[in-house]
Amino acid sequence: MDILIVGLSHKTAPVEVREKISFAGDSLSEGLKALISCPHVSEALIVSTCNRVEIYSCIMKNSIDAAHEEIAAFLSQFHDVPRDQLDPHLYMMSGEEAVRHAFRVSSSLDSMMVGEPQILGQVKDAYNSATHEQVTGNILNRLLHKSFSVAKRIRTETRIATSAVSISFAAVELARKIFGDLAGKTIMLIGAGEMAELSARHLLANGVEHIMVANRTFEKAEALAEEFMGSAVPLEEIENHLDMADIVISSTGAPTTLIDRKMVQGVIRRRKHRPMFFIDIAVPRDIEPAVNQVENVYAYDIDDLEEVVKANIKTREKEAARAEEIVTQEVKQFHDWMLSRDVFPTIVTLKEWAEDVRRSELEKTMKRMEDLSEADRKRIEAMTEAILNKILHRPIVRIKRASHSPDGSKLLEAIREIFGLED
Amino acid sequence: MDVVFFGGALFFLFIASLHYLLFLVYQNPVVPRVARYSLYLTLAAQTGFFIDRFIRGGVPLGTNMYESLMFFSWCIIIAYLLITTRYKVPVVGAFVIPISFILMAAAAFLPDKGIAELSPALKSYWLPIHVSLSFMGDALFAMAFGSGVMYLIQERQLKRKRPGAFYYRLPSLEILDAINYRALSIGFPLLTLGIITGSIWAQYAWGAYWSWDPKETWSLITWFIFAALLHTRLTIGWRGRKAAILVIIGFSAVLFTFFGVNLLLSGLHSYN
Repeated sequence: MDILIVGLSHKTAPVEVREKISFAGDSLSEGLKALISCPHVSEALIVSTCNRVEIYSCIMKNSIDAAHEEIAAFLSQFHDVPRDQLDPHLYMMSGEEAVRHAFRVSSSLDSMMVGEPQILGQVKDAYNSATHEQVTGNILNRLLHKSFSVAKRIRTETRIATSAVSISFAAVELARKIFGDLAGKTIMLIGAGEMAELSARHLLANGVEHIMVANRTFEKAEALAEEFMGSAVPLEEIENHLDMADIVISSTGAPTTLIDRKMVQGVIRRRKHRPMFFIDIAVPRDIEPAVNQVENVYAYDIDDLEEVVKANIKTREKEAARAEEIVTQEVKQFHDWMLSRDVFPTIVTLKEWAEDVRRSELEKTMKRMEDLSEADRKRIEAMTEAILNKILHRPIVRIKRASHSPDGSKLLEAIREIFGLED
Repeated sequence: MDVVFFGGALFFLFIASLHYLLFLVYQNPVVPRVARYSLYLTLAAQTGFFIDRFIRGGVPLGTNMYESLMFFSWCIIIAYLLITTRYKVPVVGAFVIPISFILMAAAAFLPDKGIAELSPALKSYWLPIHVSLSFMGDALFAMAFGSGVMYLIQERQLKRKRPGAFYYRLPSLEILDAINYRALSIGFPLLTLGIITGSIWAQYAWGAYWSWDPKETWSLITWFIFAALLHTRLTIGWRGRKAAILVIIGFSAVLFTFFGVNLLLSGLHSYN
């Protein structure tokens, strides 16, 4: 048995091609049914996201090309896309390479944004659909479960997914580094830029409980406050309300700064020095940079946030290298398991074949030597068995050893080829 | 027997410190687990040491520098475990447990004079009470010191807006400040009680509640530093960086009271 992955991703295909062959809803279960009826495919799974469409399958050894052809033909027919438009984007992987790919996909190492958390859920959904259609078996079950545990291991042992890689998440992450738990905290949203609103939404989703909204047009502030279930504050009065805000997000179109150092010094005293976090997304800036120098106050502008994001991306890249090491270890283990599955059947078929040869040749000979005594027959039969055992002893020992060697699968293949053994 | 206990404690504490430091670099959750179990083993060995000495000598802890260092080290581990049951941030261990290890290692360099002969004047139940209250207070200050150092590092990273390696590993400012305050709010009453019980004991032993012995003077200085810290925190809300700096100064005073006074100045509290 072997694992074969055929598919395309953001790395090989533009979105126009990806969207044409994606599977969603009913087409996924139909697709799975059609796939499993391909003669060379014994187990199947379809992972379909906006960045990739991949068919995972379990096939007979030595039928890789046939299975690849079947799957490519299936994709082309199912989605009505001509082969010449599809084939240039398709990749194909089998054996160890396929196992590695499966692990890397689930662990988000193959994603457009390395470390993004959605892909694991998407692969889990794909697996659930496949088990629901009962098109997976031993091999794919094991492969997928292992992929999930590898992804989990990478998540706990590396920092691949712990740092924010977008401006709005970087703001949440910084708030967490300052305040820890965001429950019970209050934010003040000044002005209504799209990015500011998004950051506010993320903060609210992460536990912030109260929100005040200030805007040049008070009606706008009121409307937004209602949407967030917060309160509206007139722009002229923000200073009076600032001491209640732990986090301030500002993005007005004002030509001059709204909040300066002196104002914040007064506010922080009224707050009894509880920390404040200012996020200035406006250009030109709303918050005087010197605000950052006030004790217990942290003021970040858009460039600062971008620097943080850059540093985070670098960390992720470094962590990805560690994650790859984990993948390599796990691939080795899985590969050993696959091999050990092949070793025993190979030995059995080899023995059966040899025994068949021995029996039929013995019968032929015995028919021509009917005058032999019973004892002589027994002796001849014993001799043929002995010859067989002596000849097979060495190959069998070496086959058993194959399960521990890196080139094991090649050896098994060679043995099957030489003796003409079928699965 | 006590040599075995001491060696075991030193060994496990080394393992624990090493793993807490490693946890700064490696995310692997096994690392802090190893560290924690090594701490338990350290505590067991240290406790074994004290019980063994007590059974054989009949004199409770802290009668010479060697034992005091070890007891201090024991108290720091207890303080760490106490505080981290509430704030589950094992990273703090990287800044506290090595202090405990250094104390034990320092003890290893001192000649162990064995079970000390106490002068009859000092034989009293006040000895273990005074000694354990004082050391437990000091241990909580060590904890506050560790979180104070971490606070300063994390604060600097946030102010400079360039996340370095520590940015990802250290907990939030709020937790660090909370640990600082919590350790102080338990440590300060203990130190106060330590000083009071000490002076009662002094009345029994030397006939005077207070005799301006260098150790007494320095304990008082330490007490004033921490009192000022608590006061400014509660009244004008000095927290964060200022609190962290004061705690570091306070803990330096603790260390001087402990080492400096014993090694540099002579007085009634000197060992030997």
